[in-house]
Amino acid sequence: MTERKSPGSLSSSAMPGVVERHRGEERFKFLGLAAILVSLSFLAFFLVSIIGTGYGAFLQTALKVEVDLTYDSLGLVEPATEEDIANIRYRSIVRSAMRDIITEDVGRREARTLYGMLGAAAEFDLRDIVVEQPQLIGTVASLWLTSSDDVDLYNKGDASEASQLQTRLSEKQQEWYATLEAQGRIKTRFNWTFLTSSDSRDPEVAGVYGAMIGSFFALGVCLLLSCVVGVLAAVYLEEFAARNRWTQFLEININNLAAVPSITFGLLGLAIFLGFFGLPRSASLVGGMVLALMTLPTVIISSRVALQAVAPSIREAAFGIGASRVQAVFHHVVPLAMPGILTGVILGMARALGETAPLLMIGMIAFIADPPSTLTQPASALPVQVYLWADSPERGFAEKTAGAILVLLVFLLLMNLMAVILRRKFEK
Amino acid sequence: MKRTNIPALMIASALSMSVTSVVFARDEVRVVGSSTVYPFSTVVAERFGRSTNFKTPVVESTGTGGGFKLFCSGVGEGTPDVANASRAIKSSEVELCAKNGVADIVEVKVGYDGIVLANASGVAKYNLTTRDIFLALAKDVPDGNGALKPNDAKTWKDVNPALPDAKIEVLGPPPTSGTRDAFAELAMESGCKAFDWIKAVKDQDKKRFQAICHSVREDGAYIEAGENDNLIVQKLDANKNALGIFGYSFLDQNMDKVQASTINGSEATFENIADGSYAVSRPLYFYVKKAHLDAIPGLREFVLEFVSDDASAEEGYLEERGLIPMSGDERDALVDQVVNFKSMS
Repeated sequence: MTERKSPGSLSSSAMPGVVERHRGEERFKFLGLAAILVSLSFLAFFLVSIIGTGYGAFLQTALKVEVDLTYDSLGLVEPATEEDIANIRYRSIVRSAMRDIITEDVGRREARTLYGMLGAAAEFDLRDIVVEQPQLIGTVASLWLTSSDDVDLYNKGDASEASQLQTRLSEKQQEWYATLEAQGRIKTRFNWTFLTSSDSRDPEVAGVYGAMIGSFFALGVCLLLSCVVGVLAAVYLEEFAARNRWTQFLEININNLAAVPSITFGLLGLAIFLGFFGLPRSASLVGGMVLALMTLPTVIISSRVALQAVAPSIREAAFGIGASRVQAVFHHVVPLAMPGILTGVILGMARALGETAPLLMIGMIAFIADPPSTLTQPASALPVQVYLWADSPERGFAEKTAGAILVLLVFLLLMNLMAVILRRKFEK
Repeated sequence: MKRTNIPALMIASALSMSVTSVVFARDEVRVVGSSTVYPFSTVVAERFGRSTNFKTPVVESTGTGGGFKLFCSGVGEGTPDVANASRAIKSSEVELCAKNGVADIVEVKVGYDGIVLANASGVAKYNLTTRDIFLALAKDVPDGNGALKPNDAKTWKDVNPALPDAKIEVLGPPPTSGTRDAFAELAMESGCKAFDWIKAVKDQDKKRFQAICHSVREDGAYIEAGENDNLIVQKLDANKNALGIFGYSFLDQNMDKVQASTINGSEATFENIADGSYAVSRPLYFYVKKAHLDAIPGLREFVLEFVSDDASAEEGYLEERGLIPMSGDERDALVDQVVNFKSMS
């Protein structure tokens, strides 16, 4: 480019305004680059802040305690039946284990704060361990149990002095914590609970499993409906329908639908699926159907664009050797348009995965602790879980919220990756 | 042609699936309503699900008004069994219920919730009266001659010379929130009544009285910070000059970050809200559809769990979550009523 500017080649009198035009080009390139940098820095800021808060959700603090499971103290006779194991009072066992470590005399009120260091999670942990390993009964077992959310946050934040000052642990609890730490009874481990359990009001027990299953069900229904209906509609409109006022009218409406706010589809779902068909509230089936309504216009439009992009010579060649219209379309045009259609479908799905507004109206924004096992059972979805946790008063949910966002981002990334891979595969 | 048949079959099966599932039996309790009661309702639901063989009740946070709309839409499996509310049911809502065949409703008071005005800890604490709150936040304030003038108070000192010379900057919930309604009713209105002539308006023109007392200024001193109380706490942490309005349970969880102002000389503590000496507190309720008691498995047991000593008495697990339990006598009377599932009269 510098050559062009050199005075020998073209004088500014020969090409009026050339200097100004080059300057304009430079300006445009600079602005374009700046725009990209700005959006990249927003993205980086978002990722850094989410990962910075969210990584804590994948770690949990465990306390090592000696649990007295001898027959005497459990009040059982050998051998323990399954029913006995189910009826063991795990809560009081955990509590007495805590008392064994902190031997100092504490009043009733203080004892409660001592027990508070092992939360509800410890109780469930202990039950799971005992059910899995019944041979532990009759022994005094040394076990790692999940700490309460306050202890967890204290442990994770202990690098900075500010967090030591700002903690929900009382001074007494901080003393006990120091004692436990000195005895090597505190460790940080990977938080499997976060991936295997469902919603809970105790941050240390809460997980995204139920929401993941709900999202999976809803997306399955959505994929089936929007893919089949959307692609068929696109093929018909593009290849078979006559061009007249009607199809033009349809086209305009489909384009408009793509821009309708998503909550409107929730209202439609409430009126038709719940009101008219009487389908159950909060079910992932209805969620999927509503999301399908929302993604249909996107799928139809992108499929039509993909079909339009197939060269007319392909169709003409097929007709030339005597193929019918259906044969020409389904044997030649659709396979060639497949990469484009699939990209549209997957991007539509990715949008559906992140959507909460339409789910609000059909009751999927709810506290649902049991993961769904059928399409008609109450289910929530990943973005809903993020929304609910962000609104919870317990401090521990801040990092769980960011953690759930990370899980959602990973799924979105995987779906987009799939779109790229499928496109490559079909383009060959 | 064969290829086109497959998608057609899929559509047909999808449609038939939706038709067959019209007939369904519900075996879990459905709760809707107030977002203020939601944190307590869900804790009870979770405990209930874990400790019994019933399914965990599904709790939706729809807001009090939205909850009653659903609750009163009729009797049957498609309608919720319980409505949470951060205020008592209105007569218009009772009528709506009756019109749709929901005649027998059991009212259950759960406990109390306080609304606090807090600022970041580490700076001076505010000692406010409800009169100060009204004068600082109302849209129009008395001009001293028995008329109103637009609120032009810039600093807390303008409102009350005893208060610090700091800009009035209050973060609070938007008008759609139940917390905002309760704040207007409990804090602003009581401050408003400190002026005798406004108090007199109440008897003559109730609408005008409400307009004077409940209107919040819109010139930037009151900042609508969304329904998310966590966000308000975070913003207070960042902006040391601002005050924020939110529920007691959020104060309880963030005692290290924020401190509550005293109102009319009373600290926003657990004890003061429980005995009623803290002015800005309100009762929380839920309502049960009596017709569903026998039809929905676990509903009866869920309600009993909610009023059990383990849950809502003093030192119960709801207290740990920031609910303020009722005093002994009030509670005894209520439990007596609920155990027999007495309908509202």
